[in-house]
This record gives sequence, structure tokens and C-alpha cells, in this order.
Amino acid sequence: MSAVFVGLPRRMVEVTLDGRQTRVPEGSTLLEACRQQGIETPTLCYLENLTPVNVCRVCVVEVEGSRALVPACSRPVEPGMVVHTDSERVRTSRRLVLELLASSVDLSLAGPEVERWMRSYGADPGRFGPPAPPRGAGERDRARAGEHLAPDGASAETVAQPAKVDNQSYVRDYSRCILCYKCVEACGVDAQNTFAIAVAGRGFDARISTEFDVGLPDSACVYCGNCIGVCPTGALMFKSEYDLRRSGAWDESRQTVTTTVCPYCGVGCNLELHVQDNRIVKVTSPLDHDVTRGHLCVKGRFGFPFVQAAPEKDESGLGPAGGE
Amino acid sequence: MDLRLGVGGAATEAERAAVDVVLGPPESGWEGGGRRPIDGHVAFGGRAARARRHLLLPALHALQDRVGWISRGGLDYVCTRLTVPPAEAYGVASAYALLRLEPGPTTVVHVCDDIACRAVGAESLCRVLERRYGPAGEAGNGRAAAWMRSPCLGQCDHGSAAFLQRAGERPRRRVVAPVDADLVGAMLEGRDPGPPGPDRAPRVRGDGSGLRLLRRIGVVDPTSLDSYRAQGGYQALRRALELGPAGVIREIEDAKLLGRGGAAFPTALKWRAVATSPVRPRYVVCNADESEPGTFKDRVLMEWDPFAVIESLTVMGFACGAERGYVYIRGEYPLAEERLRRAVEEARARGLLGPDVLGRGFPFEVEVRRGAGAYIAGEETALFNSIEGRRPEPRNKPPFPAQSGLFGKPTAINNVETLVNVLEILREGGPAFAGLGTAGSTGTRLFCVSGSVERPGLYELPFGVTLRRLLELAGCPRPGHTLRAVLLGGAAGSFVDPGALDTPLTFEGLRSIGASLGSGVVMPLDHTVDIADICRRIARFFRDESCGQCVPCRVGTVRQEELLERLARGRPLGSAAQETALLQDLGAVMRDASICGLGQTAANAIQSAVRLGLIGAAPAGGGRR
Amino acid sequence: MFGAGGGTSSYQEVEETDLIVLWGSNARETHPIFFHHLLRGVRNGARLYVVDPRRTSSAQWADVWLGIDVGSDISLANAVGREIIHAGLVNETFVRRATTGFEAYAESVEPYTLERAERDTGVPAEVIRALAHDYARADRAQLCWTLGITEHHNATDNVLALINLALLTGHVGRYGSGLVPLRGQNNVQGGGDMGAIPNKLPGFQDVETDLEARARFEAAYGVRLPPKRGWHLSQMLEAMERGELTACYIVGENPVRSEADSHRAARLIGGLRHLVVQDTFLTDTAELAHVVLPATATWCEAEGTVTSSERRVQRVRRALEPPPGVRDDIEIICEIARRLGADWGHPTAQEVWDELRSLSPIHAGMSYRRLEELGGLQWPCYDEQHPGETFLHARLWEEDPARRGRPAPFNPVEFEPPVDELSDEFPIRLTTGRRLDSFNTGVQSGRYETPLRRPECLGLSPEDAARLGLKEGERALVSSRRGSVEAPVHVDPTLRPGLAFLTLHFPEQVATNLLTVDAWDPKSGTAEFKATAVRVERLDGQREMAGAARQARV
Repeated sequence: MSAVFVGLPRRMVEVTLDGRQTRVPEGSTLLEACRQQGIETPTLCYLENLTPVNVCRVCVVEVEGSRALVPACSRPVEPGMVVHTDSERVRTSRRLVLELLASSVDLSLAGPEVERWMRSYGADPGRFGPPAPPRGAGERDRARAGEHLAPDGASAETVAQPAKVDNQSYVRDYSRCILCYKCVEACGVDAQNTFAIAVAGRGFDARISTEFDVGLPDSACVYCGNCIGVCPTGALMFKSEYDLRRSGAWDESRQTVTTTVCPYCGVGCNLELHVQDNRIVKVTSPLDHDVTRGHLCVKGRFGFPFVQAAPEKDESGLGPAGGE
Repeated sequence: MDLRLGVGGAATEAERAAVDVVLGPPESGWEGGGRRPIDGHVAFGGRAARARRHLLLPALHALQDRVGWISRGGLDYVCTRLTVPPAEAYGVASAYALLRLEPGPTTVVHVCDDIACRAVGAESLCRVLERRYGPAGEAGNGRAAAWMRSPCLGQCDHGSAAFLQRAGERPRRRVVAPVDADLVGAMLEGRDPGPPGPDRAPRVRGDGSGLRLLRRIGVVDPTSLDSYRAQGGYQALRRALELGPAGVIREIEDAKLLGRGGAAFPTALKWRAVATSPVRPRYVVCNADESEPGTFKDRVLMEWDPFAVIESLTVMGFACGAERGYVYIRGEYPLAEERLRRAVEEARARGLLGPDVLGRGFPFEVEVRRGAGAYIAGEETALFNSIEGRRPEPRNKPPFPAQSGLFGKPTAINNVETLVNVLEILREGGPAFAGLGTAGSTGTRLFCVSGSVERPGLYELPFGVTLRRLLELAGCPRPGHTLRAVLLGGAAGSFVDPGALDTPLTFEGLRSIGASLGSGVVMPLDHTVDIADICRRIARFFRDESCGQCVPCRVGTVRQEELLERLARGRPLGSAAQETALLQDLGAVMRDASICGLGQTAANAIQSAVRLGLIGAAPAGGGRR
Repeated sequence: MFGAGGGTSSYQEVEETDLIVLWGSNARETHPIFFHHLLRGVRNGARLYVVDPRRTSSAQWADVWLGIDVGSDISLANAVGREIIHAGLVNETFVRRATTGFEAYAESVEPYTLERAERDTGVPAEVIRALAHDYARADRAQLCWTLGITEHHNATDNVLALINLALLTGHVGRYGSGLVPLRGQNNVQGGGDMGAIPNKLPGFQDVETDLEARARFEAAYGVRLPPKRGWHLSQMLEAMERGELTACYIVGENPVRSEADSHRAARLIGGLRHLVVQDTFLTDTAELAHVVLPATATWCEAEGTVTSSERRVQRVRRALEPPPGVRDDIEIICEIARRLGADWGHPTAQEVWDELRSLSPIHAGMSYRRLEELGGLQWPCYDEQHPGETFLHARLWEEDPARRGRPAPFNPVEFEPPVDELSDEFPIRLTTGRRLDSFNTGVQSGRYETPLRRPECLGLSPEDAARLGLKEGERALVSSRRGSVEAPVHVDPTLRPGLAFLTLHFPEQVATNLLTVDAWDPKSGTAEFKATAVRVERLDGQREMAGAARQARV
């Protein structure tokens, strides 16, 4: 009588994906159905360990009977759905989404997949004109809802701005932010529940912010690094990685990743130690491990230096980018 | 919650008092009150505390109204009271144009420069203001007052409008229309225009066949329940109670009532889906966030016939099995809000709201919630988020509101005009209602006519009347003027050219020419109006009002505005054809891939203008330099 | 619990329960990732009660926080038990079938009226009543605790008082209902698993009573095992005091810093005739040693397993090459054995583990291959087909008495206030705890930098601070019956008047354990870190002090 109640057996739903009939479990999303069928679907704001927010719209597909395209990442399958994932409409929207993002955000650290999608959809972000000059520090943070500077008739507005370096653990380079909401979710209900950051402002001036844009040390931030763990574009980065990258020492080809267990409390969080030249350079956690679901606390994330000699001391604590 | 509070200093006494008016005094030391010995041994919070999140926006309003901005100390106090993380509260506050987050002028006059006012000279008013009082948004030399440019204030029948927002112990919020530079100046100087009296009802117009939805406008005293009852008020609710919930919905079904907000969804289907949901509680919401540029019909109804709104919402609650209804009204409608609040109080005092409506064992309460300057909050799911104290961001659909709406519960939501139709349906019966108008578009429609006309105003005509007939009634074209186009449906609608004048104004008729009536805006523009400028204002509007959530709308509205600016300056990127193609692509991704109706319609008007040749990618003023 | 030394539930269950009681635990800071699971439970609709003298960041999430006086847990628990009985909310079927000793328990809690508990704990009677009713009426309930329960002179009684509540309501042995002691260190549970308990062989097999098990180990090891239990740490210190214990081999432990009344611990350990310390660091204890054996950091320089608070055995792996001269624990131990004349060869971690699996039935099914593939396994796991148990004691719910097995006993316990009594001379109750960014005595956590790090300071309620004329950052002298330390003051509104707080994280800044009492629980050997009577005084010459403090930090 005390057996684990495993739930009712999942019913199967029949859908047609790109002309192929397939059966998927009820409650699956279109993205899951596509992946099950080996149909590659680009995603940016989607991550297995977060609630889909369907904001980037790069995963849109065409569902017959639906006026607009639908986001595959969050739309549950329905019986009899007929779905096209590679129609002209889908390709146009995906191309435009990539172009709009690439024309306004620095995607250079967004990974090889994004580059590949840009190529395969024929995205040309240059179509909107040359990028406007970067904004000054804090300028975007002061933008008021319902107001904006009139366009200059020549350049394309971007989110370029100086990186925020206000503490010794994190760098926030919002020139790279595609506003995928992942960090907000990880800091909020999906994992950490600290709510140090939220989306603030509106429209193109929407941004990730603490209250009144105070620096992280004055915010509720507990430096768990879970926002960094989910950031897809390198907008959020560990200071250590940021510094190594700036000095040219960061080299992923020389790194190993070893999974082990955190040396602190007794919860048993799995850590992935990224090691370069016998030094730990980054700590992550596997997304698919059910203890952490990819999320750690400050000790697991940053508490490793006791096993290695300290690097050369940086007096300011802010590194070369400090005060930028 | 890991609330990190107190970093930014404490709230002032004035701020605390203002917030306490909304939230009541704090119940413990933990909630921001004085520390009592018992607080050292027990505290309550958790779910009950988090359930108060919906009071966030009212509390932010209290701060804004009292001191003219939301200070860090003030925000912290609200967050302490409501257990809301400050970053989230800041995220919410910063999404609204009427909430300021830096100290500034305590008096702000928002001057409409949107399409309808623009068509009749708003820009020249703004230039005078710039000359006299400095650039928009700047308080200048320590002045306590500033003027700002504003999107449509819903006073399009008056030709120009301003909204006064004055903070203080006795805050003032007033809309004045028509307005001129002197009047704006007087407000900036600290003088208060009084509210219009009940005798100043607007002129509403028909075709002589008799007004229905507008029958009480100017007839009834909007501040008096007795006056409303003397005009047949609350007969419909009595009838509804006799019919029972299913009976009410059947009448509406027979009436073939379609929603007047723009989507034209059958109202009976919506209500029945909620009424038959097994989930409780259920909610009903009146969407009074009328913000579509060029639209003012709901404002007229709320200002001059507020009891009709409350009565129809009560009927909706009864039919849907809801015990609580919300009216979400835009922040720029202070008079309508005041009259609705008063109507709610009076109805409650007379047992027409409360635990036992009309003594029939039906409990129903209405809450009036004020928006804070966000067009997007009129999108139904963004509106729910706004009431819940979250950022006014639309939710992905499905699930639809009837399954998961306000507070995640089944919710029926209609705009004011749709709701008031219900009173007519219950008055004469569904089939009789359906006899008016056409087969596919039953009843009458409110048309918000402004722009290049002699008699702007609110017109009520049966569905099926032609555009030509409506314009004749309104005096368009004006003598000696040439009509160039008519903008139907507001900024989210589309232009039609004079060739479409014989189109019957019905849902199906307009659909056949690729247009839509949307919120009922009919804005003819003649040769005196710079339509390219109107298009740029529309592009600016959508860029300002995009919530920023999804990429197509957040970036697409920027690129669209930039593109129109390039065209205006005669400096297209590459060839004109390339720009047209780009505009098409932007339109496609916004229409196809945006989360909500805002993004999906943000390219409508501009694309129709290109189609009709009203604006073009052809270089203006003699080609590229 | 009832013969098994581990928490009964899995983290997943706290997500799917109806009521969570967090008792003496600030898991938000001490077990942050467990708290993620807990918050998922809260988001799924579970109600949360937190029992803690401080309104911690965990307590700030609670529907109800019960701010008890330090050490009054048993009075609270017994009153909750009495209220459950009097309200007719006992799970009678469970109590009748699966427990013994209910009558004696009911009698023992009878004096613990709500009013008495209110006097003992400071928490209003109606709030205690609400906890009792909500806990008893919940369909599923998880009772979780940490050192707030166990770092007391009556630690075992505290735990028993909580277990009694679970037995009374049947909140054990079912999915979503259970007892969850959260382990303070990454392998405390594993140490227990491996028999690092005075009376247990690996796999919680009793060295005195389980003759069959002992025989199995003797056969495998080829030696006679002493049939008697050994000493726990507090008893060892006493034995040193008596001169009975003169040599000690300490592996990966820093008792000079971590023991209560550290003056005494240092004196006793420093006075040993022979002390061997094997550790990753040259700890304060190692400083006293005659022989120091530098060992690898097991979690990243060695292979092996650790066991978590949900009884999950997981692999640790070597990611870094250890520094020169540093050796693996297994290698060191085998080398010592060799020098003592026993050739144990050069076993790998996996070979040592496989030997353990052959002797400990609850670990038998946990091959390295399975641990690898499944991301760990929860004991008991009897063979390689066994999936491991997500929760324990399901047997108590079996219909068939034979399968139900030995019933779980109620253990009546009495409230005894903390040993270190408050007096006019020492009027303030000092309690201790952890902070999010730090860990124990800071040996590990002291070597990384984080913006969260604050120098150690004495947490005082705003009222006490005002009464003593102390402002934020000013230095105070904190004295107990054993010693005095200086510390800067932090005015902390989560503390009530009469309650002060320090951590053990920064012994070089504030040697908190000079204050704590060496009273310890006779059953478990844990010391009463949580309850010290102190006096706080303002130190004059603030400016010089502040300057000195800054210097000390650099």
C-alpha cells in the first residue's frame, strides 16, 4: 500500500510533423516531439531545467489552423495537429528573429550552433544598417517606459554598452544579452528564488536589472552563479573566465570536465569541474542530475580555491576591466 | 523570501502613510510596523503574504500620487509590506509610463501628440510648448513641473488633450480637452482645472434611428444610481436573475454578440466556457484599458453611464458563476475611474453589489483597478498580469483565459462596449437584438470618428452602414478638402483608400477588403495631413508600447521605425525596393511570430499605407544626396 | 532511525508533500540546494513551518515561524504530541500496528500543555496548536532538521522527540512523509555508512549485537574484531583527560577548532603522547601532531564515493593532479598497514568499494558501473537489480505482521533546559550557526573570495544593541563562564532581545568556541554549540579597536 504512486500511464497523441505521422506522449511539447523525430529546432530561450518562456521565437513552427506561428518550446501537442517546421513562413520568421537579434546584440560568444543557424537560414543582420554607437554606462538602465531617442535615420540601434563589473565574482556584459529571461528564471522561481534580478523597462529598453540598477553587492544577489549557468550568450560570465578570456589564456581545447561531488554540505550536489592546466577554471552542474538540476550554491560554484594555490593577487578585486 | 531591504534608506512618513492607506497599517514588526515582543517568537508569511502581491500596483500608485516618484525607500516599504522582492517590484514599476523612478517634477502635464490630435495640429501645440517651457520631459531649472508628449489620451473628439498628473497630499489627476498652450501653462504653474460637471456630457450621435448603447449619455446623471434606475437601470440584472446563468448566455448566443475589442470573438462562447468550467473561483473582468489610438468610446460610456458598466459586469459575473469582478481602467481616465468607483460604492450601498445581490443569494463584488500608462496592459493576459502585480507582459496562448486567466483561474473578459451590449440584449431579447445589423454583425456599433472631419465624435449606427454614410454624417470630406485615406481600427488597424467608401461597416465586410474595425476607430485623413508623419507616429507608438518580451516585436518595432525614418529623410539603405522588401519581412515576422496582438498588428497600418502608395520607398524630396 | 542511520526520504519527496516542518535548520543557507527542492514543494502548494530561535532566511519563507527559546525543542515537540493526542488526531491504525510504547509516551507528554510550552518556548499556545493540528492533519508531511536539533546536550532526545511525532501521525514510511536529518558535511552520512560510529560495522551492522555480521567481517578480514563498542569523540576527550587515551590518529578532522570549549580540546590533544594527523591542510590540529600525513582532497584529487543526506551514494572523481608529496588516503592507510606488518597490496578505490559491497548488504548492489550510469544509488540496494530505496520503512505499513517486522518504539523524553543557564551575570543566550558563503571552521571556505563574505561579528537584536550602547560595527566583549572574545557588532533585526548570534567560521577573527560549553550529549557525543550564556559589554576605545580589526582582516 505504501508503494510510490507513479501516476497514471501517459496517453499517446498522434500528430503529423512535416508530413510524418508520429505518436508522442500527451503533454509533450512540439519541441519534444520534433526532437523525438530528429527534427532540429533552433532554441535560444529554452533550457531543459527552466519553464519555457517562449520569448525568443526562434523555435516557431506552423500549425495548421493557427493564424500565427506557434512556439514549439511551450506548445503542447494536441491530437491531430499538423505541423510544418520548415515552411517558407517558418524559415522567414526564424531568419528574421536571428537577424533582429544579431543586428542588435553581440552574439560572438553565443556558440557555434547560433552561427550555424544563421548560415542555414541565410540571416544577414547587416540589412538594417550599420550599428549605432554604443550607449554610455547606465544609459540604458535609466531609460523610461514610453520614451526613446528618435532614430538618426542612418544606423541601427543596438544594446551595446560597457560591461558591468561591480564585484569579484561576476561580470554582466549586457551588450551580449538577448533578453531570454533565463537568468531571471534561474534567480527566481525556477531555482534560486532569490529574485535579485528582474526584467525592467519596456520595449527595446527592456533589460535585466536589479532594483534601481544598484550594483550586485547592494542587491539580494547570493552569488550562486545559477544565472551564469543558464546564460546562452556569454552576457553573464564568471569573473575568472572573463579575465582569462581577456588575457587570452582561456582555451577550452585544453580543458577537461570531471563530474564529482561538492565538498561542502551533505546534499550531494554534482559538480562539473572544468580544469585547464591542472587548475579549476569553472564549476558547473549537470542539468540532468536530479539533485541539482544544474543549479548550485555559492560554495559549490566558487568554493574550490582551497585545493589550489592562489593566483596572482588582483588588488582592486575587479581586474583589468574595473571601472570601465 | 530573501528580501534585501533597507539598503536604499527608509521611506518617509509621507510615503509610509500613503502606502498604509492602500494596504492598511502593518500588522507586525516584520511587516514594517514597530517591533513588538511577540514578533520575536512568531511571524506569519508564506502563501498568505505572497497572495497580497496583487496590491503592488495600487501601492505604487499611492507613492507616485503622494510624492511624484517611487523612491528606493518607498519601494522597499511596499516590498516589506507585500513580501515582494525589490528587483521584481522595480521591474513592474519601470514597465509603466506613469510611474517615475527618479526624483522629478511633482507636476507633469502629458500632452497628446498621437495620430488623431496630430491630424489636427498637435505638433504645432508641442512646438509652442517647447518654445515656452523647454523640451518635453525636462523639468528645467529646478521647476516643479514638466510637460511630456503622450500617446493617445482618448479625447480624440476634442481635437487636443492634456493629462495633468500632480503629486502631493491632495494629488490631482485631470484630463483637459480641448487644450491650448495657455491652459497647459496654467497647469504647469499649479492651477487645477476643475472636473467637468454632469451637464457637460459629450454629444453623441446617430443616424436618427435612435441611440441604444448611448441612450443614457447626457440623459442620466452619472453620479446618481437613482437617476440610472429612473432610466431603466438594473432591469437587465433583474431579468438575468430570472433567466438564470444558462438563460443569460443563451440570449447572448441568440443575439450573436461578437466582442467589440478587436478580435470579434463570440461572447456567449467565452462566457459559457467559464460558466461550465469545474474550476473555482472564477473571475470576470471588464477591460476598460482603452488605449488604442483614436479610441474613446469606452471612456464616454464609463464617464457618462458608469452604472451601466457595473450592471453589465454584474450580469457577467452572475452568468459565469464568478463572485468577483474587476474593472481595469487605464490610468489616463481619471474621471471615468472616479465615476466608476463611485458607482461601485453606491451599488454596494444599495445591495446591488455585495454578499447578497438583490437579495437573491448571489454574492458579487467589483474592484476597480487603475493602469499606469501601458497600452500593452489592454491585451487581456497582460492585463491579468498587471492586476496580479506582475509586469504587464502578455502570456502565450493557449491556455486561454477561460481555462487559465486571472490568478490562473477561469476568467471571462470583455471590453466595456461589449458588456454594455448585454444590457440591450437582456432588454429586448437575443433574437430581437440579432435582427439589427447584418447576419454576421448584429446590433449597433460605436464608431470613434476623428481626424479630417467637421463633426468628430462618437457615433452609434447599426452594423452594415457604409463607410461613406458614416463619413457623411461626420462631415467628411470637409468642403474644399480631398480625402486621401481612412485609418480604420486605430494604430493597430489599417488604411483604406476612398475606393473603399462603399464597404459596409461589418466584421465580414471589412475582412473582405483586408481591413478590420478593431476598436471602432474611423479616422479619415485628407490632403492637409502628412500621412507619412502619421505612419512614423504609429511606428514610434509601437516601439514605445512594446513590452519587450519577444524578439520580433521588441526589435522589429525599432527596425520599422528606423526604416520609416530613413525613408522620410530620403536616405534608403540600398534601393527603395530593398527597403520595401525589408518592411515586408519585418511585417511578416512581427505578424507571424510575435506573442500577442500588439506585435502581430504593429506593421498593419504601415504595410497598408505602402500598399496604397500613401507612403513609399521612393526617395522624398528629389532623391538621395 | 529504528535501526537505520539515515534520513527516511528523498529530496524529490519534499517537492510532493503537503506540509514541511523545518526544525532547527536554516537550510536556505546551510543546504541551499535542498532548499531549492523545498521551495518547489512550497510552490506546489505545501505549507511550511519553521522552528528556529532566529527568523532566518529560511524562516522568512514560512507560513508560520515559531521562534522558540534556544533549547526548548522538547517542550515544543511534547506539547505538539499532547495536542495531537488530545485533539483525537493520532493515526491510530499506524500506532496500533507499527509502534510500541504509545501509552508510556502519552503519559509522558501529559504535563506538556500548550500553556506550559508557551512558557518554555515563548511561542504563543495557539501557534503551537496550529502546528500540531496542521502536522497531524496533513496527508503527507516532511519533518526536516539540522544542527539546531543535534548540537545540544540532549541531541538524541531532541531527535527522539521529533520521531515520536512522526510515529504518532504515521508520517513515516510513505512517499512524501518522512524524517529528514540534513547532514552538515558532504560525507557525514558516508562516514556512518562505512562504520565510523563507535558501535557499528560498515552498513550499520551492530558490532555488539549482530553476531552474524561480525563473523562475516572476521572471516573476510581474517582477524578477530573487538566485540565492544568504541568511544565517540567526546568520550575520547574524556579518556584523554583521564590519561587512558594517549595516542590518536586523526583523519580529516580539526577538533582543536571544531570542538566546543576549544581551550580544553587543544590542551588535551596537544598533550597526547603520540598524535598522527592525516589531512589536506596543515590544520590547527595538525600543528600539534607528531606526524602529519598530507592527503589528497578526496572530492577532486581522488576516486571514491560519498553518501548524501538522502542516502544516495555518488562517485567522486579525480579532476586534479595532487601536489607533489601528497598521497591518496587509501595509499596512506595501506602503507601504514604495511609498516605495521600487514600487506594489503595497492587496492584501487573501486576494489576497496567492492570489498565493502561484499560485506555490507545495503550497499551490495552499488557497483561503480551502476553508480556511474544512474547518477548514484540510494541505500539499501541489495543487489545489482535493486533500484535502491527512495524512502525507508515502508514495511511499517505492511498488512502482514511478519513483513511489517519489528515495530518502531516511542521513546518518551523530557525537556531539560540548556546546561549553560542564563543568569544576571550571563543574561544573553548566544547561539551559533552557519552563513551561506562559509562552512564550519573555514578551512575550506576561508580560501575563496565572494562579495557575500563579511567579517565575523556578533549578531545582536536592535533592542539589545541600543541598551548596550552599541552601534553597527562597534566592538563588544563577549564573555561566557569559560572565556571571552571580542567581536564587532552586527545589529540584526532577525534576532529578538536576549538572543545573540555568532558563527564558528572565522576562529582567527572570533574564536567562538572559547565561549561554548563542553556539555555533550551522552548518546551521540555532540556538544552543545547552540546554547551558551553570555554577557555582552561595550568596549571602549572604539576607534583603535576598529583600526585593529581592519588590520586583522588584511
